[in-house]
Amino acid sequence: MTLRVRSFALLAIAAVTLSGCRGKPETTPEPMPPAGPSGPTGEMSTPARPMNPGPTAAEIEAARADSVRRVEAVRNTLTQPIHFDYDADEIRPDARAVLEAKLPILLANRQVRLRISGHTDERGSDEYNLALGQRRAAAARRFLETRGVDPSRIDIVSFGEERPVGMGASETAWASNRRDEFEIVAGAETRTVPSQ
Amino acid sequence: MTSRIRWFVALVALWSLTPASLAAQGDTARAGVRISLSYDVNSPPGIAVLPVRGGERPITDSVRAILQRDFDYGSRITIVGFNEADLPLVSGTPNFEVFERMNVHGIVQATLTPGGALHVALYDVRTKQPANVDNFPLSSNVLSPAWRQGIHRAADEVERWATGVQGISATRIAFVRNDQIWQVDSDGENATPIRGTAGGRSPAWHPGGQYLAFNVLTDAGSQIALHDVFSGSTSRLTSTTSGTSGSPMFSPDGMTLFYSFGLDRGSDLWALDPFRGGRARRVTAGGGSENISPSFSPDGRRFAFTSGRLINPEVYIADVDGTNVDLLITSGSGDQSYRSNPAWSPDGRQIAFQSMIDSRFQLMVISLQNRAVKALTSESQNEDPSWAPDGRHLVFTSRRSGSDQLWVLDSESGRPRQLTRGSGAAKHGAWSPALKGGSAPTGTLITPDRRER
Repeated sequence: MTLRVRSFALLAIAAVTLSGCRGKPETTPEPMPPAGPSGPTGEMSTPARPMNPGPTAAEIEAARADSVRRVEAVRNTLTQPIHFDYDADEIRPDARAVLEAKLPILLANRQVRLRISGHTDERGSDEYNLALGQRRAAAARRFLETRGVDPSRIDIVSFGEERPVGMGASETAWASNRRDEFEIVAGAETRTVPSQ
Repeated sequence: MTSRIRWFVALVALWSLTPASLAAQGDTARAGVRISLSYDVNSPPGIAVLPVRGGERPITDSVRAILQRDFDYGSRITIVGFNEADLPLVSGTPNFEVFERMNVHGIVQATLTPGGALHVALYDVRTKQPANVDNFPLSSNVLSPAWRQGIHRAADEVERWATGVQGISATRIAFVRNDQIWQVDSDGENATPIRGTAGGRSPAWHPGGQYLAFNVLTDAGSQIALHDVFSGSTSRLTSTTSGTSGSPMFSPDGMTLFYSFGLDRGSDLWALDPFRGGRARRVTAGGGSENISPSFSPDGRRFAFTSGRLINPEVYIADVDGTNVDLLITSGSGDQSYRSNPAWSPDGRQIAFQSMIDSRFQLMVISLQNRAVKALTSESQNEDPSWAPDGRHLVFTSRRSGSDQLWVLDSESGRPRQLTRGSGAAKHGAWSPALKGGSAPTGTLITPDRRER
């Protein structure tokens, strides 16, 4: 369900951004000549190149790929998780950088809504971890709020230790599970991608 | 106080037996007279359970097996086995002299009556007289869960006759398995999922036994729900889309539900009245920390809870209005600073909790009299303690069998037994109060979200 919403949002971003990019080339192109072989009579095929050619298929493909890459980059930036120390909700320096990268996108696209879910490792009591996950999600929202993002655009929720991404009882697995996940829940029709 | 009431009720129940019905059963205890067995209070009385009379062999054998197992699991009675052929009844009564030499203090003779009840007599071996007799109604659906509960109720009453403490076999344990709430009889039979509890976590029984509160964890987060065990209906008590609710617990009078709620600044305990309405009110002032997992003192005037207010999770107690917060455990108990999940014992004298040692939880109890801490477990990981109504046994989650399953521990002898097996991990065990079996509903449920924000 959530996955479906998420992939729909991605598709929407991709579609809108693509259409935006395709309209971009320098001047309005003349109608493209029909591609491929001309009629069977061979009477009058004029192979002369148009004066002002539109983008070639390769160029379109390149633009499309570039757009997809940029949409991917936006999506990745917005959804990149942040990680926490054991039993802590402090934003670490690495997490601060991840959150700061989301800021220009969120500030330029005010229709984007996020849901931040807080997670914990498997150590600790289930009930404590449910509360700790909430505190972690709230910490990320507070970080964004103090930098100008309207907090009403961000829902926060906790899944405690119930949805691990790293399996097993190792510090590596635990560290990967102590995280906030970011999900784009609305406003996916954004196309403004601030340049770095 | 409560035990005095129970004692009075029991007396009334005994008085209500007519002399004629007793005589018809062939035993001669005078109704209304309660005679304690003669035995050394420091060692459990020896009880022999005679073959059950009045029915077909497989059924009577089942009744006897259930009674014996209930006495064994109650830990307050020593079952004395004997060879029936060696001890024939002498003109319809047990051979008391031989039983006395076998260290038997009491003899249980149960009879299935034509009216569908279980008639039970407890003989005092020394006086050679029935010390107590009573009739226990049974479901007509023989061997059904309800029928078994009837046998359990008889066993619990016999245990009270023999030891002064009511048994705990007519109870169930609610728990979490495969993303929903289940329940299982106290002897491990009839493990069944409860419909309408998908996503359920942390179940808590209403003291009347009719309701289970729990939190529902879905994609939308965690909210509190109430399930009516009698009607099978479930309703939500909280409904916000942002924020996390958890760890519900009823007050001993059943009128208040404590639960944790967290949004922006940690989690605090809140109180709501699920039956009479009104707004939820905040109980703790945790200043941005986690304040969760409440457990009430039996008089309802205080509660224990887990709080992270001093950096690491610790167990605190407070007055029921949230004032007079006191760190419960100050001495070292465990090699890491992590103590949680308090469970206040029904006798009010101690609190069980879990403490982290070598990255795993172990169960401990702390005496409220002198704050002495005693470890209950040391093997594998053990967590989430919940007391049986007798204040002696605990159900908890243990990984000692290889996966998380529920186990029962006799906190006095240390004897464990596995309660749940197979088919998926089991956790969050909650021991019910004594189940009376289909009593009338106790209130009307009103269920809007009434949290003050």
